[in-house]
Formats: sequence, structure tokens, C-alpha cells
Amino acid sequence: MGALSDDERAVLAAIQDGLPLEPEPYRVVGERTGMSEARVMELITSMLAEGKIKRIGAVPDHYALGITANGMSVWDVPDEVAGEVGRRLGAREEITHCYKRPRQPGWPYNIFGMVHARSRDEVVATVERIARELGLAQYPHDVLFSTRLLKKRGTRVRAQP
Amino acid sequence: MPRAERQPDSPSGVQIDDTDRLLLNNLQGDFPVTHRPYADVAGRLGLTEDEVLRRLRRLVETGALSRFGTILNAPQLGGERTLAAMRVPADRFEEVAAFVNGLDAISHNYERAHDFNMWFVISSEDEADIARTIAAIERETGLAVINLPTVEEYFVDLRFRF
Repeated sequence: MGALSDDERAVLAAIQDGLPLEPEPYRVVGERTGMSEARVMELITSMLAEGKIKRIGAVPDHYALGITANGMSVWDVPDEVAGEVGRRLGAREEITHCYKRPRQPGWPYNIFGMVHARSRDEVVATVERIARELGLAQYPHDVLFSTRLLKKRGTRVRAQP
Repeated sequence: MPRAERQPDSPSGVQIDDTDRLLLNNLQGDFPVTHRPYADVAGRLGLTEDEVLRRLRRLVETGALSRFGTILNAPQLGGERTLAAMRVPADRFEEVAAFVNGLDAISHNYERAHDFNMWFVISSEDEADIARTIAAIERETGLAVINLPTVEEYFVDLRFRF
């Protein structure tokens, strides 16, 4: 991960499992990493600006909070319109991730849009509503429901380069 | 049969109240980088710093929050990631899942209801790990892996309304 300086890596490693839930969290991180509070704040601010940190805040466990259905909608869209379809799909607030990926042997779908909801029926209804409203019903599509989470770890950095 | 880490489709009942909901809906980003950030958000939401801290600690303890902190942007940190999938025969599923999960480079793995029934994210600071990991899985399991790297990303923002 060459894009991180040693100081950035030290700060990320210190907070990746959680920001201290203390009144002055950045001062606490500074104590742990041997930096001043001002230096920690400067590093975090610049990593946010550069997009290395996507955001800071509450990371809900959506399963625990009842958003238990996770459907991966996949679409076989002609290449010449795939970019436009991907952008329009990604702009829908019901879609949490949207990507274009290559087709592979036995796998015809090139656009992927993830839908999270409280039930499978709600996911299916959402996908069909989007298909109708965006005029995508003509393209072959499917929804792959997750039946089991087998492994999940967030993006992590190593404490040492 | 090995237990799943968690069953996505079975509700588990973490109870939250309206104030928790206020915090969840307003704190999924834009947390201030200031000397007293919890006091700052408390002021904005009409709460006290102490109450915000007490509630966030409890939300972490009860599991409503995975954590309060950073979401890192993997592509911006260098390294590579890809989505890959396999068709795993039902009678070999647990054995194959155990092998795949045991590899360091696997960050997520889901069983999905489809002919391609195992879907995993391979993520590493070292780009060569992706090809090595796919080769190791194919060699060890004798099953073909389809590699579906991102060609274009249109939107990624996993935020929820509660």
C-alpha cells in the first residue's frame, strides 16, 4: 500500500477498529501514536480530502438492525449503452453499489447493482420497479440473494508498511 | 455442519429508540475533525456530548454499530481488489468455503442462491496476490473461478435510513 505515508498508516491502524468514544478522540489517538492532536487532525483531514478515508462516522451493522435481505441485481446490457445504464442505476437511491464488470464464460451479466432491504420481497419489488422506471425490463436480468455470509472483514491497513 | 458467522436473512432483534435513530441517520459520515467533535454533533442534534457518547458506546456494545470510525476507500489506498465467483457442488460447499475463507486476501465471501453459488472479494495491498489467490483456489479445489474485476464504478455509498 505505497500510497500511505508512515504517519498516515500509523493513524489509520490506530483508528480502524473505532475512533475513541472519548470527548477528545483525536488527542487520544495522538497519545497512542506519539503525535500531537493537531498532527492527527491534519493527517485525517488530508486523507479525507484525498479520498483515502471515505468517511468517518457510525458504521451500522445493517443485519442487526433489520436490513437483512441483500440482493445483487445483475443485468446483461449491450456494451454501447452499459455506461449510461450503470450511471442511471447507480443514481437510484435504492442501489448501494453499482459496477460494470466483464462477462465471463457462463456469466452473461455486465452491470451489477446491490440492493439492501428488510425482506427479499422488498428487494424483488425494488428491482422490478427500477427496471420499469428506467426502461431496463427488456434486458435479461436476475437477482442473486445472499443465503449466508461466510466471511467479512473491512478494508484494513497493516500497522507496519 | 460449520456454523455460519451470521445468517443474513434471519432477523436479530437489536432494539433502538428514536434518539438512537437520530444518531444513526445523522452520523453515517461528515463527523467533524475538531477538538471536541462529539460536542459539536451533540449541539447540532440538540443533545449533550455526554448523551451522544453514552449512546454511541451502547450502540457499539449491542452490535447495532459495527464500529464508530472510518470507512476506508480501498482503491485509493493502493493495492487491488476483485469480485470472483465459483460454482461449488453442494456436497463440497463447506470444505471449499473453509479453504477460501482461510486465505488472507479474501475480504468478503457470500453464499448466493444461484448456479454460481460462492461469491468472494479478493483484496490485497499486493496486486500479484489476486492472481496468486485465484490460482491457489483453482489448484486446491479443482473448480474454475470466474474473475469479475471492476471495469467501471458508478456508485458506492452504503448508507441506510433507520
